[in-house]
Amino acid sequence: MQRIGVFVCHCGTNIAATVDVKKVVELVRFEPGVVHAEDYPYMCSEVGQQKIAEAIKEKQLTGVVVCSCSPRMHEATFRNCAEKAGLNPYMVEVANIREHCSWIHKDMEEATKKAVILARAAIAKVNLNTPLQAGESPVVKRALVIGGGIAGIQTAIDIAEAGYKVDIVEKTPSIGGRMSQLDKTFPTLDCSSCILTPKMVEVSTHPNITIHTYSEVDKVSGFVGNFTVDIKKKARSVDLDKCTGCGVCQQKCPMKKVPNEFNRELNTRSAIYTPFAQAVPNVPVIDREHCLMFKTGKCGVCSKVCQAGAVDYEQQDEIITEKYGAIVVATGFDIIKLDKYDEYAYSQSPDVITSLELERIMNAAGPTNGHLERMSDHKPPKNMVFIQCVGSRCADHRGKSYCSKICCMYTAKHAMLIRDKYPDVNVTVFYIDVRTPGKNFDEFYRRAVEQYHVNYIKGQVGKVAPQPDGSLLVQGVDLIDNKQIVMNADMVVLAAAIEPNPDIRKIATMLTASIDTNNFLTEAHAKLRPVESPTAGIFLSGVTQGPKDIPETVSQAGAAAVKVIGLLAKDKLKTNPCTAKCDVMMCNGCSTCANVCPYGAITYEDQEVRGPGVREVRRVAQVNVALCQGCGACTGACPSGAMDLQGFSNRQLISEVDAICR
Amino acid sequence: MSLTMAEKQAEQIRQISGSDPYKCMKCGKCSASCPSFNEMDIKPHQFVSYVVNDNIEALAESKSLWKCLGCFACVERCPRDVQPGRVVDAARQLVERQRGGDHLHAEDIPALLDDDVPQQLLVSAFRRYRR
Repeated sequence: MQRIGVFVCHCGTNIAATVDVKKVVELVRFEPGVVHAEDYPYMCSEVGQQKIAEAIKEKQLTGVVVCSCSPRMHEATFRNCAEKAGLNPYMVEVANIREHCSWIHKDMEEATKKAVILARAAIAKVNLNTPLQAGESPVVKRALVIGGGIAGIQTAIDIAEAGYKVDIVEKTPSIGGRMSQLDKTFPTLDCSSCILTPKMVEVSTHPNITIHTYSEVDKVSGFVGNFTVDIKKKARSVDLDKCTGCGVCQQKCPMKKVPNEFNRELNTRSAIYTPFAQAVPNVPVIDREHCLMFKTGKCGVCSKVCQAGAVDYEQQDEIITEKYGAIVVATGFDIIKLDKYDEYAYSQSPDVITSLELERIMNAAGPTNGHLERMSDHKPPKNMVFIQCVGSRCADHRGKSYCSKICCMYTAKHAMLIRDKYPDVNVTVFYIDVRTPGKNFDEFYRRAVEQYHVNYIKGQVGKVAPQPDGSLLVQGVDLIDNKQIVMNADMVVLAAAIEPNPDIRKIATMLTASIDTNNFLTEAHAKLRPVESPTAGIFLSGVTQGPKDIPETVSQAGAAAVKVIGLLAKDKLKTNPCTAKCDVMMCNGCSTCANVCPYGAITYEDQEVRGPGVREVRRVAQVNVALCQGCGACTGACPSGAMDLQGFSNRQLISEVDAICR
Repeated sequence: MSLTMAEKQAEQIRQISGSDPYKCMKCGKCSASCPSFNEMDIKPHQFVSYVVNDNIEALAESKSLWKCLGCFACVERCPRDVQPGRVVDAARQLVERQRGGDHLHAEDIPALLDDDVPQQLLVSAFRRYRR
């Protein structure tokens, strides 16, 4: 029989205002095994922990139940406290009477009743608990960063600088990401590539960093400290080592009609291409979908003109397997498709563009060599209208519920740059709210209004109608004047909502990392663990976690790197002792458990089984505790009841249910 | 707690329209879309706040109620799913009911329906043009 102590926490008024803690103490006192029960305002405080430690020693407790907040908050606290007092930490259970009880109920009598029931369940479980010993697992001192944009680049540099090896996997032919497509950056207006390319060079030359471009993560197995990852290196058709980056192949390629993704398809590129001049690596890839050689078998111009003999049409996709201790997700964003917003005529007129398209138009390396002009007739615009919140802050089926956060600032930037370079152009911005929290951000927006006289109108645009003369009729509202406005514009720029890279669903599934309804990765704690996934060993960097601008992304990238370094600095990790265990007497060797195990922790072997009246060699399941993560899938699947999870055995769980239903 | 007359009317508008005026973020896209904007004394975006503020009396007396074409451009484009057009239509219905003016018998309606025309558009039109 256990000797159990029950400790009921008030959590100030968090629990005590809704649960009669004194009554809970009085009622649990008579539960089987309970030899001690008390309450205290803050069990997690030093004094509270002292009370637990003293009771363990004085009353020779063999088990402890703490009725308090969620075990996610303080299970570790109370287990450490018990361990210091000489009790096996796995003899401590937490009954969650805050999140599961006091916070969600109003009626004191009902809440108290429920608190007692939850305490009873925990007591019933502790009665069946056995001491468990945590094992150890080694840490592979290498990190993987998925995504080579500014988030991934910064995380990789910070980890590499601490002395650990880092691999970057980037899907496109070059690192650089969204930031490489931007012309200028707010709020200081530095040229984006001028500040990004030094970082790209640093990544590519750092002895601790390996870059896999034109590659994708294909398969992930393992667990924190010990991930095994298959990386699919797509056939580049150009030898990375031989190519000198001279660019002749791109000039001579006869297939020049491929939509240029880097320029948001505003112009075209050749079939063999590097996405942009500063690409890292500066080695082209052959787009096999459009290459004449691959489509018709007749061409081979690039191979003929290549002095270095780097073009290789025979190259195959390759899968490499690497081991990592930690994985950082930095897959970034794209802007939403605007086909559902036909009132803005995006699909009807080439002069209705997105802000990202405007970035390319304003950029010297863009489709217009940096000249502001209409894409329809290449004439300079006289009147430009910017429309904010296109698809952001939407409660309907067309858009996203969140604020995309970066649009107010980049629109102020665009408006300001246009007014500076082309003072004759009238710029009107229709806004719902101007949101500029950030250092020097509001000052920046005010400059657009006060110094550059950008016409900000509080209101929205209802319709953009292309006119026969090529202009755009814009019908909007000025809510301050309470007047409808009908005006002519030559170009309309839409601040389209941003959304996580669509690949994230696949990647999150491989990593067993959770995502929210908007496909942003979920943090372990929204406030206190913002760069960690709830899945151990997975970290978040950049817009993959939520909308953010470059300064915020870089800060978060650094924070993620620190968490990775903290993990890689450890030689060994304590493993969870709550692993599966096979009762060989009951195992019938059916392989069901091995088939459901997501960690490959179960193997089968022939083993001599001895029991009352039994002595024979049988094929039975074996659990590799170093791999087992205690998910319990095998215990649910096992048809003969041979598989059990230590710390969460079938008997323990049933006894909890019995206690609740009593 | 008993509701005042004004509160009851506002609640009725919410029920009839199925619209939640509290979802409005005051972007004005309804007024930006409205073809009858210049004819109206209370503008489409103001309609929503009149319901929030239980000021149905003013809505019922407004010119706007009979100037709305029922084109539902605002319903289609509202990013917050508030659908001001439905609110206007609900106010119209409320006024009609108070007058006891149901001029169509329910059993006559099916014969008048055209499958290609949204039903709410028809009902909305019946209400307006019967005057």
